[in-house]
Amino acid sequence: MAELLAVEGLAAGYGDARVLSDIGFTLEDGRSLALLGRNGTGKTTLIDTLVGLTTRHAGTVRLGDADVTRLGPEARVAAGVGWVPQERNIFKSLTVEENMTAVARPGPWTVPRIYEMFPRLRERRSNLGNQLSGGEQQMLAVGRALVLNPRLLLLDEPTEGLAPIIVDELLAALRRLAREEGLSMIVVEQKAQKILGFTDDAIILDRGTIVHRAPSAALLADRAALEMHLGASGKGA
Amino acid sequence: MTAPASAPLSARSALSRGAVPPLLEWAAWAAAVACVFVLPSKLLLLNEIAILALFALSLDLILGYAGIVSLGHGAFFGVGAYAAGLLAKHGFGDPVTGLFAAAGAAALVGFVTSFLVLRGSDLTKLMVTLGVAMMLFEAANRLDWITGGADGLQGVVMKPVLGLWDFDLFGRTAYLYSLGTLFILFMLARRIVHSPFGLSLRAVKGNALRAGALGIVPGRRLVAIYTLSAAYAGVAGGLTAQTTQFVSLDVLDFTRSADVLLVLVIGGAGNLYGGLVGAGIFRLMQTWLSGITPQYWQFWIGLLLVVIVLVGHERLTRGLPRLAAAALRRLRGKADAPGSTRP
Repeated sequence: MAELLAVEGLAAGYGDARVLSDIGFTLEDGRSLALLGRNGTGKTTLIDTLVGLTTRHAGTVRLGDADVTRLGPEARVAAGVGWVPQERNIFKSLTVEENMTAVARPGPWTVPRIYEMFPRLRERRSNLGNQLSGGEQQMLAVGRALVLNPRLLLLDEPTEGLAPIIVDELLAALRRLAREEGLSMIVVEQKAQKILGFTDDAIILDRGTIVHRAPSAALLADRAALEMHLGASGKGA
Repeated sequence: MTAPASAPLSARSALSRGAVPPLLEWAAWAAAVACVFVLPSKLLLLNEIAILALFALSLDLILGYAGIVSLGHGAFFGVGAYAAGLLAKHGFGDPVTGLFAAAGAAALVGFVTSFLVLRGSDLTKLMVTLGVAMMLFEAANRLDWITGGADGLQGVVMKPVLGLWDFDLFGRTAYLYSLGTLFILFMLARRIVHSPFGLSLRAVKGNALRAGALGIVPGRRLVAIYTLSAAYAGVAGGLTAQTTQFVSLDVLDFTRSADVLLVLVIGGAGNLYGGLVGAGIFRLMQTWLSGITPQYWQFWIGLLLVVIVLVGHERLTRGLPRLAAAALRRLRGKADAPGSTRP
């Protein structure tokens, strides 16, 4: 399979402050990666850096054949990066449908297809962003990223703060995207067991560097590694 | 992943939802046309309101939908006025051609200055727009061999609208011409703000950097809407020049920029109707108050502005109907009370 994302020697942070150092990993087209770690280890900073929202101090980021290291967020989106931010960032003055229509790009992922994936959004299509529950906002954030028709989907703690039933629905959708649709994705999650079941590979961050990497299935079975890096067998940080 | 691309389909559905005017709006347009017969002595005033409404609509496109603050929007109004006026003065008096020229000249200035205006904070934008307007004012003053300077542009002669209707002293043709232009540009603005482009502007208004990371390119969109807004303001200026057949330095004056901002605050920004409603209220208040207190009418406009800003536009618009209903109930209660003389 062709290499979709290649990160090499990446150091980044906010202004002069370095949060990440010497980050290097690759992701092949059609594969998914779990990005794990305790609270405050740099997971969100790494996602933000891949989106182009932080200050890069060193290293390179390649997406397919293109070097996107020096590109801003808009250009990275145009190159094929879709982002589901931790805070969701729903456009509150727009309806559910308008949130997606405003950003939609031509491709297989369309607004009707998002409604098929999340029927709840179809019911709420005319509601404003600020009238949605947390779970609906998260579904909309995923749908909005998908209608960009990205080559790589970045999801930052998509299940945070959601009711268990919504978490199950959302994880089922992500599993379908990874397994059936073959969409390349990086998923950040503190609770490892939620996502190790459907991602291909996993890396664990600690203090801004990668401290462990393994196939997801192997890590899921490696209780010692989970205990050492994440605590409580990866059930929570 | 076999579904056909239907992003355009979604766009169409968004368009159709927002682009169809409600019945009440059609009634308002019909009433505006009926004014020609109902208020034949007020057509000059109504023409001014229509032009001010278009000018406010142009500001609403950038302020209400894209969050671009401006204290110098009068610059585009003035450029449009001079473009249409100069064209007519030099023998090209066809009104519609003049409006296209006004729109084009203002759009050009808008496009060029957009790169200065669209960077920095709101304060920077306010200062840059103000500065651009001041520079254009002084340039027009200095270039008196073209603009007529402080004496104004004389000799503007207009041909009949569409070769059929001459401008008359009572303002009948002028009003219908301005109203027709306002109607067309309002409908176009409605299509634009409900298109994916318009929706993305509202997203950018919230947080441009985040919107960029979420798939919207703010820069080009803001330049586009700023240029379009300038063209709209230019048309408003062109209408003023054509219907009054005179252009003075006032068209570039700061008070014009301040007035249109006031109109939008009164009417409410970000819904397209605000400019129209605000223009009516502002001009009628101005006319009425200046009749009562010729020297101090601005006091009351200022008071209204303070009340709107402090109380909040939404609360006012929600509260007024409630107050009216309560007053009506009270009146009815008094009328029904024992001893009432009501039959």
